[in-house]
Amino acid sequence: MLIYLRKRIVSSALPLVVVIVGVFALARMTGNPAALYLPLNATQQMRDDFTARNGLDQPLLVQMADYFGGVLRLDFGQSLRTGQDAAVMALRAFPATLQLAATTMVLAVLLALVVGCWAALKPNGLADRISSFISMAAASIPDFWLAIVGIWVFAITLGWLPTSGVSGASAWVLPIATLLLRPFGVLVQIVRGSMVSALSEPYIKLARSRGANELRVVTHHALRNAAAPALTVAGDLTVGLVNGAVVVETIFGWPGIGKLMIDSILQRDFAVLQAAVLLTAVAIFALNILIDMGYALLDARVRPVTAKA
Amino acid sequence: MKTSLTDGAVPEQLPPASPQPPEKKDGKQDGKLSLYRLLLKDRFATVSALVLVLIGLTALIGPVLMGDLATKQNLLFANKPPFTAAYGWEYVLGSDSLGRSMLARLVVASRTTLSVALPAVAVALVIGSLWGVWAGFHRGWRENVSMRVADVIMSFPSLLLAVVVLYVFSPSAANIVLILALTRIPIYLRTARAESAELQSRTFVDAARTFGAKPNAIILRHVIPVVLPTLLTLATLEFCYVMLAESSLSFLGIGIQPPDVSWGLMVSQGRQYLQTAWWLSIFPGVAIVVTTIAANVLAAWLRIATDPAQRWRLALPRKRLIARIPVKESKP
Repeated sequence: MLIYLRKRIVSSALPLVVVIVGVFALARMTGNPAALYLPLNATQQMRDDFTARNGLDQPLLVQMADYFGGVLRLDFGQSLRTGQDAAVMALRAFPATLQLAATTMVLAVLLALVVGCWAALKPNGLADRISSFISMAAASIPDFWLAIVGIWVFAITLGWLPTSGVSGASAWVLPIATLLLRPFGVLVQIVRGSMVSALSEPYIKLARSRGANELRVVTHHALRNAAAPALTVAGDLTVGLVNGAVVVETIFGWPGIGKLMIDSILQRDFAVLQAAVLLTAVAIFALNILIDMGYALLDARVRPVTAKA
Repeated sequence: MKTSLTDGAVPEQLPPASPQPPEKKDGKQDGKLSLYRLLLKDRFATVSALVLVLIGLTALIGPVLMGDLATKQNLLFANKPPFTAAYGWEYVLGSDSLGRSMLARLVVASRTTLSVALPAVAVALVIGSLWGVWAGFHRGWRENVSMRVADVIMSFPSLLLAVVVLYVFSPSAANIVLILALTRIPIYLRTARAESAELQSRTFVDAARTFGAKPNAIILRHVIPVVLPTLLTLATLEFCYVMLAESSLSFLGIGIQPPDVSWGLMVSQGRQYLQTAWWLSIFPGVAIVVTTIAANVLAAWLRIATDPAQRWRLALPRKRLIARIPVKESKP
């Protein structure tokens, strides 16, 4: 188990480093923030001062070494825009996104398990048709448009829900519904597929012949084995959820990390962008490790083989 | 779409143990015909194919027919509601805040949208497939390095990557195509690698090796024809994803820039008029959804039709085949 885990950690750490270095280099190429932060009539002297004070005049490699040195000391630099600590800004925005993403993902997994099992029990039945339809819709409807239709119908026409903001439970409905569609559409098909194959395994026949009732067969015997693939895909979907979060947070004015990243890119606030990207990358990294662990715990077939390898 | 259909039919008609040449040719002809007939048998797939052809034609010749209608402003006709012919045929779908015809703008935008999505899919398909087939065929370090590269690209939210890159290199159509292609290459890379890694141990590849064929020749003549149907189906599906990604980027303001217009940009521009003129946002979105649903249905059909093991399902006189979206398990 430990060897397996170590192997997974090492193989997931490489993307993490590449992403951070890549964003660092790309962000520097967006141009000098001096043009954006100083008044139009600033002298060349002032521009040079600003550049030097923020260490932007040094070669890229030196800047990068400085930055990584700082990261190791947990110093993420200051925001050019507000002068606040970048890490503080990123950490402040993080919970809003985390709550949104976690709620969405938990709901998506639960719904997908229920609907997927139901669909697998009766292939071509009502639940199966509904879930295929939703999956098709999920792969076809742009999330920003869905959000706008939601605002139009429920907020403007019917007036049931607020158009944006984070106050009250009703503000959560539209963002979560928008984010939920895609992960649910993918997951429900995975659950259905693996449940259909799990239900035809001999151990299910055995359980049934020994008189286990249908609920127990589904939840105890089939689902346990069918859940592993869904878990893996759920990890991949979470990366995609960040994509969705950027759009949804922009539309609904949600003060999360996606909005923070877009804002800091547009305002060349390097330190904040990097802190936010770092935080997101670490969160995704941690999540992947957790999923790998869960996978090994769930499916005994994975464990010994990978541990030996 | 038409070419991908006919192309998809060719490779599977070449079984490893190939029959005599004249029969093979007949078989090919037959395969094409029956694929076309299979398409007509599935109502949903037929309608989807027609819709896609129609959208393709609109993008191709529509802008010429519309002339300058899409940019002509007429403040007398600003924000006119749709579904009435009272203001002339060009305002059937309403008009925007500057009195421009929605119909004409949608038609012009269809060309921009497709001219980003199609090249992006094509570039990613060609590079990703060739790379993946090559990596899978040779195995070893080439495979490992390729998979790591794919992991790196896949492990970061593609939209953010695109946002950063497009902010650095101005958001021109060519840059959007490139960044979208780049973020989608791993999908083809992974699929092509898996298939070709499996194929390279098959007997017919061994036979070609024994006859002294060079690796590149084997890849070209023996591996790619077998992998192609899968990859083309994947590309149909990817077309949807890329279209949605382009519209998301345009929506966030870093995709297509005005005065050019794409469907995603139109949704974004209409957003502030949602209270007074809902059609500005809703119609372009409907256009996106119709296109992607058609491509999805066709991809689901194509997946079954190009799979010899599943093809019999389409020949059954069933009312319809429930279209299912294939979801590849992407973890290696």
